Amino acid sequence: MMSNAAQNLDFMPQPVAIGLKMRDSSFAVVSGTKILKTETPDDRNQMVDDFVAIRDLRDEAAFIRVFEYFAPRVKAFLMRTGLDPALAEECAQDVLVTVWKKAHLYDASRANPSTWVFTIARNRKIDILRKQKRPEPEDLPWGPEAEPDQSDILELQQDSERLAQALRDLPPKQRELIEKAYFGDLSHSEIADQTGLPLGTIKSRIRLALERLRHAMK
Amino acid sequence: MMKNMTINHHLTDDLIMAYSAGTLAEAVSLAVATHISLCDECRANLESHEALGGAVLDSCGVETIGKSSLQSVLDRIHSAPERMSHLERPAQRRDARLPKPLEDYVPGGLDAIKWRPVGMGVRQAVLPTSSEATARLLYIPAGTAIPDHGHSGLELTLVLQGAFHDEDGYFRRGDIEVAHEDLQHTPVADISEDCICLAVTDAPLKFKGLLPRIAQPFVGI
Repeated sequence: MMSNAAQNLDFMPQPVAIGLKMRDSSFAVVSGTKILKTETPDDRNQMVDDFVAIRDLRDEAAFIRVFEYFAPRVKAFLMRTGLDPALAEECAQDVLVTVWKKAHLYDASRANPSTWVFTIARNRKIDILRKQKRPEPEDLPWGPEAEPDQSDILELQQDSERLAQALRDLPPKQRELIEKAYFGDLSHSEIADQTGLPLGTIKSRIRLALERLRHAMK
Repeated sequence: MMKNMTINHHLTDDLIMAYSAGTLAEAVSLAVATHISLCDECRANLESHEALGGAVLDSCGVETIGKSSLQSVLDRIHSAPERMSHLERPAQRRDARLPKPLEDYVPGGLDAIKWRPVGMGVRQAVLPTSSEATARLLYIPAGTAIPDHGHSGLELTLVLQGAFHDEDGYFRRGDIEVAHEDLQHTPVADISEDCICLAVTDAPLKFKGLLPRIAQPFVGI
């Protein structure tokens, strides 16, 4: 299996392609910051399929696609939270290794791939920057009996996309405030009113997924 | 166990957002994670805030990744041991009153705690967290009141056993009271059972009236 994967590598886009992509027309430059063009729903579904393939089939080709999408973003995110480029890249590597190792915890009816990678990157950042433990909620383990329906997964992805769109549509000042909160530049008491973001929809969806999970765990 | 309880007092959105961003002090995170372990409503709220974090990650731009990064990640996943089973169940709880995040701080369970008396029958045990905020377990005998106090910062009180009531309502297992500077309150433990709470503060409490000198040692910080 390992030798197969190594052979496949020859046919996969190499990391250097990421650097090229950044100058590709799919990126617009707005006031010095690279802004990514909106992904199509097909790209999103492909990403979910890749995560499920990593989880269930230990599919390395899928993992490489996930690496190429997320490593540059996780690095950028971590640099915004205050890590220097070399450390941010090292952490981005750790995050992708964790994606592989913890893939069995990925539940596509509760988190889209970006959400899940975000939580891993955040935890890595806390390890490094704050050098303290971060108590985590008790896991809700799920076995094959709790495997969610395709429709649940699709709806969660759609809700996630609507949320991302709502974030993009916010007035710049409000959006900046939310970004600052996630980059760690605001204390909890500075975190302002979150109006304008349709969090209620995705919250209800996740709530339903949790109920199904609780039911399956009985 | 611990499931399907009705929780009436929840976390605030600002705390959930800060927890999802990873910016809270360890002791505050402990109270948040413990409540979420007991409350699916707040778990769903957390996961939706994490979805927002995911959207921020998607849209915050890209940085060039070094040429050797992918290969070094592949080398690492090749040498990582594979899990034996996808059906692992969590280890048996040693003390059913302690949700997992709290159990990590009280390894022997509540019965093994070395309580320190702080007056009026109330006992406390400070938990080992980073110093930005303090987490303590409080043991309040049934029917006992905690002195009337205000806060210069944040105080979170999460019920693990029994119940208490104050000016803000009635709090049972899993309920969390989020008290800010404006709240002056006198929690009283329910008469039916001794009350055990996880209490987290990010600044010393302020007692009012005749009690301060007597009550201040009660705070223990």
